[in-house]
Amino acid sequence: MVEHFDAPTEASATMTRTQERIPTVVVDDAHIIYRVHQGAAGGTTPVAALRRLVKRTHAPNVREVHAVKGISFTAYRGEAIGLIGSNGSGKSTILRAIAGLLPVNRGAIHTQGQPSLLGVNAALLNDLSGERNVVLGCLAMGMHPDDVARQAAGIIDFSGINERGDFASLPMRTYSSGMAARLRFSIAAAKKHDVLLIDEALATGDKGFRKRSEQRVRELREGAGTVFLVSHQLSSVRDTCERTIWLESGVIRMDGPTDEVIRAYEAYANSK
Amino acid sequence: MATTALVDPDTGLTQAQLAARHGLRVAGERPSLVEYSRRLWAYRHFIAAYANAKLVASYSNAKLGQLWQVLTPLTNAAVYYLIFGVVLAQNSIPNFIAYLTTGLFIFNFTQSAVLAGTQSISSNLGLIRALHFPRASLPLSTTITQFQQLLASMVVLVGIVLVTGEPLTWEWLLLVPALLLQAVFNAGVVLLVARLGAKSSDLKQVMPFIMRTWMYGSGVLYSVSLFDRLPGWATTLVQYNPLLVYIELARYALLEEAPLLNESLTQLWLVGAGWALVAGIGGFIYFWRGEQEYGRG
Repeated sequence: MVEHFDAPTEASATMTRTQERIPTVVVDDAHIIYRVHQGAAGGTTPVAALRRLVKRTHAPNVREVHAVKGISFTAYRGEAIGLIGSNGSGKSTILRAIAGLLPVNRGAIHTQGQPSLLGVNAALLNDLSGERNVVLGCLAMGMHPDDVARQAAGIIDFSGINERGDFASLPMRTYSSGMAARLRFSIAAAKKHDVLLIDEALATGDKGFRKRSEQRVRELREGAGTVFLVSHQLSSVRDTCERTIWLESGVIRMDGPTDEVIRAYEAYANSK
Repeated sequence: MATTALVDPDTGLTQAQLAARHGLRVAGERPSLVEYSRRLWAYRHFIAAYANAKLVASYSNAKLGQLWQVLTPLTNAAVYYLIFGVVLAQNSIPNFIAYLTTGLFIFNFTQSAVLAGTQSISSNLGLIRALHFPRASLPLSTTITQFQQLLASMVVLVGIVLVTGEPLTWEWLLLVPALLLQAVFNAGVVLLVARLGAKSSDLKQVMPFIMRTWMYGSGVLYSVSLFDRLPGWATTLVQYNPLLVYIELARYALLEEAPLLNESLTQLWLVGAGWALVAGIGGFIYFWRGEQEYGRG
């Protein structure tokens, strides 16, 4: 019976390498509403704040944003899925929800294992050297200390931060933003993830690093993982993903092979 | 065009069944308490490495570097001695310097742990939003960082106590279990304030006042015999004050003739162990219950 219901979904999704399609992320009619603090608007006097504390009401400068309005899709093992859409369409929000970092208000998101979110703002300790950050980052991902010791040098090589002198032993606050982002990506990519969520990280770094990171994403995918990529750079989506989901104001506009979706998206963006 | 299908809203039932059939779990679900403890144990290497890293990073901009670990408690002790020992000249206590510094350093262990713990979630949002790990790792590593600081100040304390003429006795060994009990108590309190501080950043402003009030109620700067003048219920309250208990345990271990509020040593140990147990378990459970909230908003 279940198989019968599966049939339309199977037909609509794209090709995969494996014969049996194993879902890794199942998003079921997810709604995400989050509260935004507008900063110092009105009613921020101490008296007003005290009254709110007593009456236990929320600050008036908090607004609710319905960022994702009922999204459903299924991602399978071995797929690389691009998420595109204009600013504020809910791409990063849905990514954070898949990672389990944002709650869904309605619906549900089911995942296999623990998805890892790799964003450009993944902060490490700026006062520590790159080497120590590599060790810390790997331990924070749950790697065993022995594995960390074995892989640390490889991670620093991959990031290429040592190309211009010995930066690995300098504190991270001395790094350029590109170098820091490269190191973060290298740390996150060092572990095999069941589901890897990448938020704009591939856009950082020079051409050589972009090539290496795209190669790495391909390897991670072949290691039976699922990769999600949020990007405004359509070229990097085209190079790494064969399936693309186009979000617009919190709903899915299109879900299908990258070429077709990007063509439709470009037509839409140009006509605006 | 079978390949470009919009998702059908009718597939809602199918999605849930599909997830169940392949054994997928709901994203961001809170693990059970046992499972959470197990994961936390698996992250022990991270906790230790993070505590070490914080300790190194906190002095990385100072020219004297790690020397401040010893200089800060020394300077503190000097200032308080100047005021309470010389200006206000408290003669009722034999060996006032040792009495004062013992109280000060023991109190400071909890104080700095609590102050750092209040921000242990809010100052690590980047890490929390990027990676998935048991969040209790952060407040626990804060506690360990402070414990490492304590060890440095204990070296200073032992020096001061010996120089001021206290004899080295077997009772000094009692300092070790006393500090361990206090560390467990601290871990619990840090877990508690970490969750509170993650919710409302106002706590950061209030905490210094709470800690100062607590300090005056713990007999750090003056003789605990002053508390005898209070009405009976207040004296009892002070007697069960966990920080006063830990300070008295340390003073009992190190000093020969220090005035103590609690006459029964057994009671001191029981109250100290009780507080460690209550705070440790209570703080852990309280923090675990909020596991999904951290880093959101």
